[in-house]
Amino acid sequence: MSFRFTLCGLALEARAAGTLFVPDLATLIVADLHLGKAARMARQGGALLPPYETAQTLERLGAEIAATRPARVIALGDSFDDDAARALPPPEAAQLATLCAGRDWIWIAGNHDPAGAPEAMTLGPLVLRHIARPGARAEISGHFHPKARIGAGRARPAFLIDRDRVILPAFGTYTGGLSADDPALAGLMRADALAVLTGDRALAVPLAGLSPARGRRNGARQGARR
Amino acid sequence: MTPTLPSPGPTPPLPARIADWLAGRGWQLLPHQAAMLAVSGPGSGGAAPDGAASTLLIAPTGAGKTLAGFLPSLIDLCETPRAGLHTLYISPLRALAADMARNLDQPVAQMGLPIRIEARTGDTPQSRRRRQRIDPPHILLSTPESLAVMLSQPEAAQTFAPLKRVIVDEVHALAGTLRGDQLALCLARLRRLAPGLRVVGLSASVGAPQAIADYLDPAGTQILRAEAAPPPDLGILPAPPAPWAGGGGRHAVAAVLAAIRAHRQVIVFHNTRAQAELFFHALWLANDDNLPIALHHGSLDRATREKVEAAMAAGRLRAVVATGSLDLGLDWGAVDLVIQIGAPKNVKRLVQRIGRAGHRPDHVPKARLVPANRFEAIECHAALRAVAAGLLEPEPPRPGAREVLCQHILMTACAGPFDADALLAEARAAGPYVDLSRAEFDDCLSFCATGGYALRAYDRWQRLVCRDGLWRLRDPRSARDIRMNLGTITGREMTRVRARRGPDLGEIEEAFAATLRPGEHFLIGGQVVRFDALRETVAEVTPAPGRIPRIAVYSGGKFSTSATLCAEVAALLADPAPLDPDSRDWIALQGARSGLPGMGRLLIETFPLDGRPHLAVWGLAGRNAQQTLGLLLTQRMEEAGLGPLGFVASDHATLVWSVDPAPDPAALLSAQGLRAGLEGWLRGNALMKRTFRDVATVAGLLAPNRPGARKSGRQATFSSDILYDTLARHEPDHLMLRLTRVAAMRGLIDFERLEEMLARVAGRIEHRALDRLPPLIAPLLLEAGRVPIEGAGRARLEAAEAARLMAEAGLEENGLGEGGLGDRVPGKTGQA
Repeated sequence: MSFRFTLCGLALEARAAGTLFVPDLATLIVADLHLGKAARMARQGGALLPPYETAQTLERLGAEIAATRPARVIALGDSFDDDAARALPPPEAAQLATLCAGRDWIWIAGNHDPAGAPEAMTLGPLVLRHIARPGARAEISGHFHPKARIGAGRARPAFLIDRDRVILPAFGTYTGGLSADDPALAGLMRADALAVLTGDRALAVPLAGLSPARGRRNGARQGARR
Repeated sequence: MTPTLPSPGPTPPLPARIADWLAGRGWQLLPHQAAMLAVSGPGSGGAAPDGAASTLLIAPTGAGKTLAGFLPSLIDLCETPRAGLHTLYISPLRALAADMARNLDQPVAQMGLPIRIEARTGDTPQSRRRRQRIDPPHILLSTPESLAVMLSQPEAAQTFAPLKRVIVDEVHALAGTLRGDQLALCLARLRRLAPGLRVVGLSASVGAPQAIADYLDPAGTQILRAEAAPPPDLGILPAPPAPWAGGGGRHAVAAVLAAIRAHRQVIVFHNTRAQAELFFHALWLANDDNLPIALHHGSLDRATREKVEAAMAAGRLRAVVATGSLDLGLDWGAVDLVIQIGAPKNVKRLVQRIGRAGHRPDHVPKARLVPANRFEAIECHAALRAVAAGLLEPEPPRPGAREVLCQHILMTACAGPFDADALLAEARAAGPYVDLSRAEFDDCLSFCATGGYALRAYDRWQRLVCRDGLWRLRDPRSARDIRMNLGTITGREMTRVRARRGPDLGEIEEAFAATLRPGEHFLIGGQVVRFDALRETVAEVTPAPGRIPRIAVYSGGKFSTSATLCAEVAALLADPAPLDPDSRDWIALQGARSGLPGMGRLLIETFPLDGRPHLAVWGLAGRNAQQTLGLLLTQRMEEAGLGPLGFVASDHATLVWSVDPAPDPAALLSAQGLRAGLEGWLRGNALMKRTFRDVATVAGLLAPNRPGARKSGRQATFSSDILYDTLARHEPDHLMLRLTRVAAMRGLIDFERLEEMLARVAGRIEHRALDRLPPLIAPLLLEAGRVPIEGAGRARLEAAEAARLMAEAGLEENGLGEGGLGDRVPGKTGQA
C-alpha cells in the first residue's frame, strides 16, 4: 500500500518498497541503490559479505517496475557503490539491462558516482538531485538514507516529506541509515514534516511524533566524505 | 584417567630464598601446594609420574591456589635465572590479571628474585605492548583475548618459544564457553611453539572434574584436589516477608543494612544490573548511618569500577552491591558475609559467590539469601538444599564452537602463512576440538578464504589465498582489522551515558535508550538522571536527585535456572513442608484455585487479564527453554489467527497474551507440533538474528571495530539482520546459518531442555481454565524482557498508533489534500 500525496500540484506515491512513483508522468524514482557494495568491501580486504545484495536490489527494483510500468526510471545518485562497481558481474549486468530495456533511464550523479552524469534535472514542477539543498523548493532527493521507527518498533527506511521536498530512503540492500531526527536531516525538514515508513505497507507519521533517535548511522556521512 | 589425590612423591627442597621468605611469615606449604611442586615443579623432571603434562588443581577459595600455581615458576627462575618469557598466567578477568601482577611483585621483591612480572590486557597501553613484544617479562599476566592478539603477531613464535609454564586461573569459568574455546586453541598453539610446556589449571569446586581436565589438555591432565573446605554457614536472611510479586529485594533493605552494620565487609550480589541499580538506590536512601557502600556492575564506567575495587581492597567500604562482575575477582580478605538477593540460578554460581566470603584460610564462608518475591522464596530454599547436598551441576562436554575456529584461522593468518594440515592437527590437540572432522575444518577454512558461498563471487578477492601450499592473507593490511576484532565477547549493543559537561556514567542497553524521551528519568550508577538528548551514540543526561526513575533495562546476566535447581523447586512444590509458612500457604492457595506444577505433568492455565486472554505454561525447563516455548507457541497461535501480542518467560513458566483466546491450548503443546514448528520458525525469529549477529561477529563476517571510524554497535545490528535475511533466502545451508542454529539450540533456544521437558511430561497435560490470575504466576508479570511478536496482531496495533498520531497532528492518515503541502512551483517536465 502506498502513501499518496501532492507536491506542487503533482500527485506522488511513496511506495511501501521505498520508491517514489509519479503516475501522471509514468515515472519511477529510486535513490541510493549502492550496487556492488559487497564486492567493494571484499576488494578492500574486508569481510566477504553474502554476494547476493546486488541481485536482490535489482530484483526488488524489477518488482517495482513491474507493478508501476513506468516509461521512465530516475536513479537519484549513489547508484553504484564506487567506480569499480559500475562493472557489474555478467548476471547482474544482464539483470540491469533487462530492467532498462524499453524505457528511459536517467542516472543522476551522486557523491559515489563519477563526473559526467547530470547533477540535477527537472520533472514537471519538480527538481531532482542527489543531496537536498537547504532552502530549495519542490525538490526530490536521496543521499541521507533516512530511517525512522514508531514506538518501540523496528527502525525502517523512511521517506521524509514536507511541503517543499521529499527525501527518499535508500533502496540498496546493504545500506545503513540515518535516523530521521538527526540534526542533519531535521534541519532540512519543516516542523510539520511527515515520515513515511517503508515495509509491508507505507505508514505515515508526523516527524515530530516519532520515537527518539537511535543515534546516527554513518553510512550517509561516509558517503558524503568520499 | 581417574582423579588422583595429592601425589605421594617427595617434595623437592625449596631454594633458600623462598624457604626463608615462607619461614619469615610463619607459613608452611599446604599439602596441595607441595603436591603441585612434586608433580609440576622443576625437580619433577618435566612430567607428572603418570606422564601427564598438565595438572588441574581443584581447591576451595582461599586455599592458596595461586601460590600453588606460581611457586614452581618462582623456584625454577630462582634456580636457573634466564631471559625470556617463562610463565604465562591467564585469568578470565582483566582486573585479576592486573591485580595478580601487584600481588606477585611484592613477595618476589622481598625474596630478592630477579624476576620481572607484567600484565598485558586490553587496558595495557600501546607503548608497553610494543615493548613487551620486543622484550617480554619472565611472568606475563593476561586474558584469553590478549593472548590471542599476542599470538596473531608475526613474532609470536620467537616470543613464546622459551615459555615453560601456563597457569589458567578459574578454569571452570572458561571451560565450556566461547572464551574457553578460544583459549583452548591458543593453548594448543602454545604447546606447538614451546614443546614440553606444562599447563596448570586452577579451579574452585566443579561438578565434573574430568570434563575440565579434558578441556585443559586432552592428551592427559592430572587432577589434584586440595582438602575439602569446611561447610559454609548458609541461610535465609531474616527479613520481612517478600512481596507477592516484584523483584530486587527492596523489602529487605533494612535487614541488609543491619547485616552490613554487623559485619566487617559485605558483598551484596544481584542477578541483574537493573536490580543492583534499584537496590543500591534504595539502600542509599535508607542509609542513615552513612555507611560507605558502593555499586559495581559491568555497565559502569571502568574507572568507576576500579575505584570501587580499590576502596574494597583498602577496607574503605563496608559493602559493595554487585552483579556477576564480582563473581570472580580479587581477594578481599575482609569480606565476612555474602548476601545473595534474588534466587540463585545455578548451584555452582552460588557456591562461587559464597566463596567470595572465604578468602581467609581460618574463616568459614558465610552467606545469606534474600528471596525477592514469594516464588524466589521457594527457589532459594531449593538452592540451599542443593548446596548442602553438594549437588553441583555437571559440565556437559560440548564440541568447540566453529565460529571460534574461524576466528582462530584468521588470527593464524595474521601471524604468517600456515599449512592447513598442521593447523587442523593443532586444533585437534585442543580439548573442545578433539573430534573436529576434516570436513568441518575445511568448511571453516573455506569460509575464511572465500566467504564459503555457493556463488563463487569473490574468487578474485579472497580474504585468504593459498600459495606454495601455504595459506596467507591476500591483503596483509587486513591483519589490523582482524586483530581489532579478536575476542568472543559480543555484548549487547549499549549506549554510553554521559552527564552534560560531566563524566561518563556508564552504559544502558540501546533498546532501552531508544524508548527514552527527553525529560524522562532513569537510574544509572545508583543516581537518578534526566535524559536530555542522544548525541552521536551517547545519551546525555543531567543528574536529577529525588525524581522517580524508570528502570534501566539490561538483559545481560540472565541465566537459565539449572535443571538441578528446577528439580529441587518441583520437589518443594510437591512437598512444601520444609518451606516457610507464607510459602506453604501460597502453594496451598495455588493448589486450591488451580493446580501445582510438577515434573511429571504439564500444568497450563488460561485466564483473562487487562482485557486480554493469557496462557501460562509451567514447563519448569529454565528461562531459555521457556522462552523458546513462548516463541513456538506464539508462532502456532499466529498461524491459528489468534493474534498473539507477546510473551514473557521465567525459569519455570511461559506466559503468552493475545488478541483472541486459544480455544484448545493443549493442542498447541503437542510435542510433534512444537518440533515441526521449530523448523519453520527458527529461520525468521529475532533470537536467531541476535544469535546470528554474535556468531557472524566472532567468525569475522561482521567487524564491529574498524580502525578510525568506531562504528556503533547499532550499525552492526542493522546490517546483520539484512545479512541474515539475505543468507536465509539465498543460501540457507551456509556455514554461518548452520553455526547460528547450533549456537541457538544450546544457548538462547535451548531446545534440548524443551525436549527433555516434553519427554518427562509424556503428554500428561493438565489444563485449568480460570476466571482470574492464578496465584503462582504473579511474579512473572513483573519480569523484564517481554518479547513483542511482530505479527498480524502487532500490525493492527501499530496501524492504530499511526492513525492516532496523525489524528493528533490534525492530519489524515493517507492523502494530504491538494494545497496541504504546497506552493506551486512553475516548471516544465524536464529531460536531462
